[in-house]
Amino acid sequence: MTHPPDPGPAPVLALKGVSKSFGAVHALRDVCLELLPGEVHALAGENGAGKSTLIKTLAGVHRPDAGQVLLDGEPVVFHGPGDARDAGIAVIYQEPTLFPDLSIAENIFMGRQPKRALGRIDHRATRAATAALMKRLGVGLDPGRPARGLSIADQQIVEIAKALSFDARVLIMDEPTAALTGSEVARLFGVVRTLSAQGAAVLFVSHRLDEIFQICRRVTTLRDGARIADEPLAGMTEDDLVRRMVGRDLAALYPKQDATPGEVALSVRRLTREGVFTDVSFEVRRGEIVGLAGLVGAGRTEVARAVFGVDRWDAGEVEVVGRRLPRGAPSTAMAAGLALVPEDRRAQGLVMGMSIERNIGLTGLRTTVTAGLVDRRAERSRSLDWAVRLQVKYARIADAVSTLSGGNQQKVVLAKWLATGPKVLIVDEPTRGIDVGTKAEVHRLLSRLAAEGVAVLMISSDLPEILGMADRVLVMHEGRLTADIPRARATEESVMAAATGRAAV
Amino acid sequence: MTVTTPNPAPVAEAPRSGGSRLVERLLRMRELAILVVFLVMIAITQAGNSQFLSEQGVKDLLLNATILVLVATGQSLVVITRNVDLSVGSTLGISAFAAGTFLQGGGNALVAVLLAVLLGTGLGLLNGLLVSLGQVPALVVTLGTLYIIRGVDSIWVGSRQITAADLPGGFVGFGSGGLSVLPWPALIALAVLVATASCLGHFGSGRELYALGSNPEAARLAGIPVRRRILAAYTFCGALAGLAGAMYLARFGNVDSGTGNGYELTVVSAVVVGGVVFTGGSGSVYGAALGALLLTSINSVLPALGVSSVWVLAVNGVLLLLAIAVDRIVALRVAAALKKKSDRRRTAVTKENADA
Ligand SMILES: Nc1ncnc2c1ncn2[C@@H]1O[C@H](COP(=O)(O)OP(=O)(O)O)[C@@H](O)[C@H]1O
Ligand SMILES: [Mg+2]
Repeated sequence: MTHPPDPGPAPVLALKGVSKSFGAVHALRDVCLELLPGEVHALAGENGAGKSTLIKTLAGVHRPDAGQVLLDGEPVVFHGPGDARDAGIAVIYQEPTLFPDLSIAENIFMGRQPKRALGRIDHRATRAATAALMKRLGVGLDPGRPARGLSIADQQIVEIAKALSFDARVLIMDEPTAALTGSEVARLFGVVRTLSAQGAAVLFVSHRLDEIFQICRRVTTLRDGARIADEPLAGMTEDDLVRRMVGRDLAALYPKQDATPGEVALSVRRLTREGVFTDVSFEVRRGEIVGLAGLVGAGRTEVARAVFGVDRWDAGEVEVVGRRLPRGAPSTAMAAGLALVPEDRRAQGLVMGMSIERNIGLTGLRTTVTAGLVDRRAERSRSLDWAVRLQVKYARIADAVSTLSGGNQQKVVLAKWLATGPKVLIVDEPTRGIDVGTKAEVHRLLSRLAAEGVAVLMISSDLPEILGMADRVLVMHEGRLTADIPRARATEESVMAAATGRAAV
Repeated sequence: MTVTTPNPAPVAEAPRSGGSRLVERLLRMRELAILVVFLVMIAITQAGNSQFLSEQGVKDLLLNATILVLVATGQSLVVITRNVDLSVGSTLGISAFAAGTFLQGGGNALVAVLLAVLLGTGLGLLNGLLVSLGQVPALVVTLGTLYIIRGVDSIWVGSRQITAADLPGGFVGFGSGGLSVLPWPALIALAVLVATASCLGHFGSGRELYALGSNPEAARLAGIPVRRRILAAYTFCGALAGLAGAMYLARFGNVDSGTGNGYELTVVSAVVVGGVVFTGGSGSVYGAALGALLLTSINSVLPALGVSSVWVLAVNGVLLLLAIAVDRIVALRVAAALKKKSDRRRTAVTKENADA
């Protein structure tokens, strides 16, 4: 489909010369954007480029410092998210925004519940409408269950259902696919295509470039808050897009250095946690990066948590550099030289309201505490050191971690654990939801650590990452280790076969 | 609604397990549990002292609970929004004295009640404004207003006192009369309770209170007028504290500058014992009312059993801790059950992916 450029449809929603600052940070500078009916528009940019800020400006959460929001060509001022919603703008935010105590149905229809006589809420109709939405999305979530305890992916599905539940003229999605499985993404895209065929304008943010090419027609690229380009995707390559985003040619995304494995640093023997994983045995040597692959729910995260001692195990043993670890004792594990960078950094890795400095300092309290008091000067210099080594982008080291973009938060979590000088590092989905530039940095860092003699166990659902970075690939399927594939023999096919239980190697 | 498109992929049939009602059921059970404890306690007391459930005995039980039920109902609304109002005791005291002074001067009884409610509403509004605009924790703000209102009350009342003799007989009669064993004030409290519960359960603004207590940031993004709702909750809470002041006057006829002193702690206990969670977003006013009934009846049960009333406070404390422990255990159980449900779904999805 090629539209003649001149008499094309008028934009439904547009930004004209919008700027927005938070203190000294210019999150958006003089940005223009036009969303046309029936078009899926991509918004690309590294972490911290200003994508979420742009979206929040369209959604009425932020008021622009300068410039205008145009609805059907007319300037509008949204006084709050409610105004934007009433104008037909549906938004899926990057972080799920659910009410844990309320049912899924209430979460979806909050503020817009179907009513009966006298304004009473029709709970049954609400549930029925939710069930219909779930069916349309092809998921079996029970409308009556509370949102508490939903996995991140399921929370995201509820967010998507919320956005679909009203006749949206504009659908805005901030990294909706980061936590979804392949078939869930396919269903989401099916819905997006239908909506855009019905004339809705769609704005889509994703770090998975292939997804952008799959469903978007145009792309606007942001860098440091400024618009770099607004162009059709046809004819562009992924490399072109990456170059626009990072402003330079990216060094290799998988800078794996060859390392000769040393002695065994982590040894796990016949580890079992009833109903979760069974009879898991493996070793990781110094200088080695071992990938742990498998489908979501295969038990990888659970094994990592048990090894680190956050969860208890029922049988088996764990040794770190020859030292047996007791079960369920993270502090002993840390003392033995084990570090775990968890999957859900918001919930488990960071104290969001605390400063960058103190977050990095948390794991080092052992070394910076003298006579029961934290030596703040030592903590600061240690934190600064790591923040600089990992190139964390921040305004001041005393700023709250919550003001950082996702990729930079991830670096802070890494810094926090690296500051303990671990001998064995377990990273769980180290690059999920972070941009290509930061991703390459994280990879370079892991590679350098391995070269320095750290044993790295890397859990990842990103197959190219596993294949590009790991010296050896372990694969789990339904709580069991089904394969141990050396780098030379590891291919997409061999790993997927083991991950889906079609072939045990 | 735009549910018109055919499904892009084969639909995994929704496993409609009973888990949907799981939480509702557990919450109902939470209320049921208090009711059972209450009934067992009453039964034991009656077995030990057959005079306990005389007509007057039942009446007293209900009358004693009335005032606490009213204030606890208002407090629940505030606690559901993840806030608290510590000034309710002071508000109750000053409204009772205001109504009493008005009646002393020969005023109309109905106007006196309205006056108390109005005064309470005003004080609630003040609290609401301070909390919703001030960005200061409600605990601190309302601790401040607790002392301010109490201070103003002391200056105004001084060493004066209102006694039943100063009040018109009809008003005092209203405080103790009623439909057979059901006293008028108890019926009023019941009406207020039912109306509030219905608002909370079946109207948009009521559900929004739960939403904003459950996740304030998400509430803002959902376009809920957060400040206005919090303001409304405090205003309503103040109004009920004022009404409770009028009921206090009708029941006891005796008001001085110390009336309602320390009452806020009893109210908060009743709310917590009744299963309204302090971190907001869950609990019901029926639970809070049952909590109030349970706590006040201990005051009558112990003396009826010949136990010294010095034990009342200790027993209240134990109940409070017990309630919190039960809530915690139930919450953990529910979380585990929900997680299991999710995991099962997840496995189903990944299997399906694998097959695809
Ligand atoms: N509420 C806020 N307060 C302070 N700084 C913020 C806030 N929101 C975003 N920022 C800053 O604005 C910049 C853009 O962030 P964001 O829009 O989240 O980027 P993206 O979504 O592209 O990763 C970042 O430097 C971030 O730290
Ligand atoms: Mg973002």
